[in-house]
Amino acid sequence: MIQFLSYLVNGISLGSVYAIIALGYSMVYGIAKMLNFAHGDVIMVGAFMSFSATQYWGMSPMASVLISVVVCTLLGITIERLAYKPLRQATSLAVLITAIGMSYLLQNLALLIWGANPKSFSSVISIGTFSLFNGQLRITGETIVTVLANLVIMIALTLFTGKTKMGKAMRAVSEDRGAAELMGINVNATISMTFAIGSGLAAIAGVLLCSAYPVLMPTTGAMPGIKAFTAAVFGGIGSIPGALIGGILLGVIEILGKAYVSTELGDALVFAVLIIVLLVKPTGLLGKKVHEKV
Amino acid sequence: MKKILVAALALVLVMTASFAAADAIKIGVIGPLTGPYAQYGLAVEYGAKIAAEEISAKGDIQLEILAEDDQGDGELGVNAYNKLLDDGVTIMLSTVTSGSCIAVSDVAYEERVFMLTPSGSADIITQGKDNMFRVCFKDSAQGLASAQYIVNKGLATKVGVIYNNAQDYSMGIYQSFKTKAAELGLEVVAEAAFSDDTNADFSVQISKMKDAGAELVFLPIYYTPASMILQQANAVDYAPIFFGVDGMDGILGLEGFDKSLAEGVMLLTPFSADAEDELTKNFVATYTAAHGDIPNQFAADAYDGVYALAAAIEAAGITADTSAEDACEMLISVFPTIEITGLTGTMRWDASGEVDKTPTAVVITDGVYVGAK
Amino acid sequence: MKKLSKKLTGNALTYLMVIVAFLLCELALSGTIEGFKMSRSLKGQLVPICVYIVMAVSLNLTVGISGELSLGHAGFMSVGAFSGIIASQWIASAFPGAELDLVRLLAALITGGIVAGIAGVLIGIPVLRLRGDYLAIVTLAFGEIIRNLINCVYFSLDGARLHFGFLNPSLPGTVFINGPMGATGVNKLASFEAGFLLVIFTLVVVLNLIGSRSGRAIMAIRDNRIAAESVGIHVTKYRMMAFVTSAALAGMAGALYGLNYSTVQAVKFKFDTSILVLVFVVLGGIGNIRGSIIAATLLTVLPEMLRQFGDYRMLIYAIVLILVMLATNNPTLRSAIDSLAARIRKRGSSAPKTTKEGDKA
Repeated sequence: MIQFLSYLVNGISLGSVYAIIALGYSMVYGIAKMLNFAHGDVIMVGAFMSFSATQYWGMSPMASVLISVVVCTLLGITIERLAYKPLRQATSLAVLITAIGMSYLLQNLALLIWGANPKSFSSVISIGTFSLFNGQLRITGETIVTVLANLVIMIALTLFTGKTKMGKAMRAVSEDRGAAELMGINVNATISMTFAIGSGLAAIAGVLLCSAYPVLMPTTGAMPGIKAFTAAVFGGIGSIPGALIGGILLGVIEILGKAYVSTELGDALVFAVLIIVLLVKPTGLLGKKVHEKV
Repeated sequence: MKKILVAALALVLVMTASFAAADAIKIGVIGPLTGPYAQYGLAVEYGAKIAAEEISAKGDIQLEILAEDDQGDGELGVNAYNKLLDDGVTIMLSTVTSGSCIAVSDVAYEERVFMLTPSGSADIITQGKDNMFRVCFKDSAQGLASAQYIVNKGLATKVGVIYNNAQDYSMGIYQSFKTKAAELGLEVVAEAAFSDDTNADFSVQISKMKDAGAELVFLPIYYTPASMILQQANAVDYAPIFFGVDGMDGILGLEGFDKSLAEGVMLLTPFSADAEDELTKNFVATYTAAHGDIPNQFAADAYDGVYALAAAIEAAGITADTSAEDACEMLISVFPTIEITGLTGTMRWDASGEVDKTPTAVVITDGVYVGAK
Repeated sequence: MKKLSKKLTGNALTYLMVIVAFLLCELALSGTIEGFKMSRSLKGQLVPICVYIVMAVSLNLTVGISGELSLGHAGFMSVGAFSGIIASQWIASAFPGAELDLVRLLAALITGGIVAGIAGVLIGIPVLRLRGDYLAIVTLAFGEIIRNLINCVYFSLDGARLHFGFLNPSLPGTVFINGPMGATGVNKLASFEAGFLLVIFTLVVVLNLIGSRSGRAIMAIRDNRIAAESVGIHVTKYRMMAFVTSAALAGMAGALYGLNYSTVQAVKFKFDTSILVLVFVVLGGIGNIRGSIIAATLLTVLPEMLRQFGDYRMLIYAIVLILVMLATNNPTLRSAIDSLAARIRKRGSSAPKTTKEGDKA
């Protein structure tokens, strides 16, 4: 039983990392209606910035997180302005391919700047590990902070989109871009804002990802990016609480699958569960049901 | 549209005209210079270039290293191989990763181009190919040597293995280790896999080892995932003997890594960046000055590979004008006769292409390698 | 009537383009004309180019004609590659000494196509119940599952007997498909000529499907599913038809790919390869078969041509990719290209050249 609980805790800590990436992914998707495949690579840049700040420039962990959020926000705005904004009228697939190009670009830039050798990231979190049941069940400081960060971000985003003027504009753009424009909402500015927030969140996600799993290299963001995309779809893409639930569930399934089924088939199992869930609920766990119009 | 295609095709044909300089012998390096395995390919490129510069500076023979990217992929490896031959390369120090090496070595065998792989370790690479030699150990040899060493030294009776079941290197060593362990009566109590896609969380694998009571955990994997395993095992107070192979080398050079986590880790490796001999010290100093990192196994294998090629080139009397086919036959006959002492020990080759050198068992003590007793 | 003939001209142009390109390559390969020769580097890419053309054209059937975003096309390629290799190696082992290269190649292509087609049916049943991005993620999931499973599969040949193991490498005879180490010791039977014929075969299948009654039904479903359903089109049947045809063709491409190298591993067919093929399709124009062919060719050759940039190669590739996407979707540039194309067409029709007459035939 304790064994199971311990796996569950590990699943939640892995899942909370997926969730925090998925939150940014899902928000950008919900409003800009694009799969931003470069999101994982913005995460990587965020982690590298924090690493450089602490290791090379001797900054405190908190300051390094701040630097990385600022840099990623600026990066997100720049990417959006240069690569995505000119494609506002193009098909969603054209934007998807541009995002993939951007992903290659960021990875190869990072390779040239930071080199190919992996770095071991030192955790920015100084809270120790909590032990329960005579040390049989452990909850690391990283897990606690990641879960809390998830909750804070989720509530903040929900409040932001629900209460503020900018947030309401975002929802309007998400519902119907044309109508929003007619109502006097600056669609371009709204979407740019979405990217700024999404990329800022990516920086936090990057720092937390590497605090929990400390290997950092130019391709670090790629796989978590795909996993987070899966998590976002799992929870119902575009839904903010859905991203959180999807992420946590994905992590738990991955760990329990490895623990009780097979370590060799762990990846296949996660995706198999995803397929089954989507067959039962075709728009994800908390996704909006879209009624088709003729 | 058709005109565009024809024009593009013509452009491609024109662009690929090649010019061969006549003075230096061109050696081709193929490896992953971008993508997730870039650290290994770049290490080989840098190591090889340092050796070539040293040799050329002496003046007896002139070597030039041309490196091309294959991202660790067979298709791109063959493309890179063709490109290098277009550029006038006559001898290959290729390729870095096993999968790509199998694909390329097959083409090179048919076309009679000599290949020395610095780090392609899959057993099958050299099988049935007289033109194929290697600097590193083959996978099965490492698995056998590790099992033998553990039994000979009586390190443990119950062992566990954590391996990467999506990687040929890891699977090759794991399979031969398992066979040899069964033969020697070494009990493998737990086995757990991971893949390149799920290489962040090892809590399940570690608790499987812990629950089965493994006293020693064999890690036939690279140092990057190993660093995470060490960290996560430490977090749950699990401290068996961790036993690695040559892929573990590099863990002490991992930037930002808490070396105390690696305390007591044993590994069989022919190269150690901390070794006190002049050769290693000079190499490490040159490499670090140029690239800022501490060189790993891959760089050392490449460095030795270039010296081995240089020795063979001199013995066979190959010049820059020798064709790839002639050079191939000359090197095949000469290679089993040379002996060199390099960073990874004293090396001789037999006609099958396998290297004969001794790995040393080291224990990480206070953040440095110390020879195991 | 006029529209029909325009379509036929378009198709004829596509075939003509492929055939002319093939003949030019053959001419360069034979080296009969002084100075018109092909580099080794390009020569080595001929078969992969054919493979990627088939992959792009078949994916275009799913993405462009049927309108479903698939992110797991490489999965079918991998099923085709491994089953094709099994067929080819089994024949060689079952009939030792016989000269069967052509039979083996054909058997591999057919097996690859059939097995990938079956995988297409099995995957299509759940996948086609979904729509949009949810469908995309499930195709991605299947691609990853296939790769994970192939990493656990072992095959060996003991004379004419084929042995199979799941997570169990200790099999009698010689193991030729060895889990993550992939297939080894494959006899390289693929050739540029076979690749060319496969491209032509793919074009015949896809272009005829598009022009047929079924093809019009598929496109009607893409444009408006509910309207199509209301006029009595069997939606699932036609979506399935496009999906399975696309999978089978990808399987054949995979088989050809598998037989072009002495080794192939499951990791080759990961998500990145699916994305690469999708890039060909989008860049060539969604639903535009001729565009897919050109884009697949140019984008396969491009990274090789960028080798002279050394360390900056992949960086430049990424920048080129983004710039091309931006340029092709730029409204000003687009209208400029359209008007230019219209002017060329006008001049072409006023003074018909010999090649143009050939197109109209």
